[in-house]
Amino acid sequence: MMQFSDWDILRNLLLAARWTLLLSLIAFTGGGLVGLCLTLARSLRNPLISGFIKAYVELFQGTPLLMQLFLAFFGLSLIGIDVDPWTAAGLSLTLFSSAFLHEIWRGCIDALPKGQWEACRTLGLSYLQTMRYVILPQALRIAIAPTVGFSVQIVKGTALASIIGFVELTKAGTMLNNATFQPFKVFAMVAALYFIICYPLSLFAKHLENKTHVTR
Amino acid sequence: MSLVSIDQIHKYYGENHVLKGVDLKVAPGEVVSIIGRSGSGKSTLLRCINGLEAYQQGAIVVDSQAVEDDEYKLRLLSRSVGMVFQNFNLFPHMTAGENVMLAPKLVLGQDSKTSRAHAQELLEKVGLGDKFDAYPNNLSGGQQQRVAIARSLAMSPKVLLCDEITSALDPELVGEVLKVLEQLKAEGMTLILVTHEMNFARDVGDTVVFMHQGKVWETGPSDEVFASPQTSELQSFISAVL
Repeated sequence: MMQFSDWDILRNLLLAARWTLLLSLIAFTGGGLVGLCLTLARSLRNPLISGFIKAYVELFQGTPLLMQLFLAFFGLSLIGIDVDPWTAAGLSLTLFSSAFLHEIWRGCIDALPKGQWEACRTLGLSYLQTMRYVILPQALRIAIAPTVGFSVQIVKGTALASIIGFVELTKAGTMLNNATFQPFKVFAMVAALYFIICYPLSLFAKHLENKTHVTR
Repeated sequence: MSLVSIDQIHKYYGENHVLKGVDLKVAPGEVVSIIGRSGSGKSTLLRCINGLEAYQQGAIVVDSQAVEDDEYKLRLLSRSVGMVFQNFNLFPHMTAGENVMLAPKLVLGQDSKTSRAHAQELLEKVGLGDKFDAYPNNLSGGQQQRVAIARSLAMSPKVLLCDEITSALDPELVGEVLKVLEQLKAEGMTLILVTHEMNFARDVGDTVVFMHQGKVWETGPSDEVFASPQTSELQSFISAVL
């Protein structure tokens, strides 16, 4: 039987951490793009569109991410669409984060006084001009800190993808534990690696928060 | 020929009948002060004139354009009607100068040089020529409101609507804003103001409109209205505020 040194464990975990990072990046970028579209569509204040988006958000916020992963992975293959763990994990994390990012950003836009919209309207600006020059620059400024903060949630959320056989940090930890029978050591390393990824993000979010408060 | 013509408009907020058949004609160059208790519908009336609020019956015509609930027509209308708000509503992420330049650049397609020169000129006119690069947060309330006036003037409106524009100001800052309005009147600008500044309404305004319970209760030349109010409601209002 093969022997694992501590370095072997760490090396394998580090290799798997690449996929955690990549999956987080996909979820954050994809979720950001979808979330942005949802936010812009919502601000049109069309009751039908808003109702649909509200239901979408409720669906993804009101069910566990784990169930969403199961449905994307097992559910889709049941109806004949074959998905690999990558697609399933990328898709469900994208949808999941789009719902949360949309809620964050909508909140930032709603936090701006109604008078900003009215001032633009009386000056004759179109909807797009109002968004582009007045609303988004201000909303972005208050959105940065909570958005970076949410990215920490995404990183930790990717751990669930281990359930559907996606080999990222947590799954690699499980496999190494099965091979070494040293759960404390292995999972302590796994936790430490998550911390190393998430802590700088938290610090960054806090830093941004302080900065935006000063300029306000 | 009146510049603003309001004909029997009715406005409801759900069950609440806010404007009950209001008529008002405003001639070019006239300064009209709308006074009345809170809840009498005076701000709502003002906001109907530029389409910020939709009305359910009647007609409003401004500068030969009908005010209708149509996004495109309202944008065209906004070139004739300027508005200044109680809370200034300046864009906080832009300097005073950029606030003034934004709409001329985007809506009228002015190039940067023209709009910058025009903005500088307008800021000088409201006494803030040295504040072009100041952000709203670094200006006093009175200065912010004067920037807001300059921003409206940048679109060369035919009529300027002022919605309680001195109500959010410290008492010592009210004068500088009213002075700008006086100057505008002297230049022939048409002004419609919802105001609590009774002295200003009496001394500078041409016409006073007293609103009560969603109707124009009493109206006339300002000196007459203040000197001899006809209705008991206006009498009690005037004795309460003066």
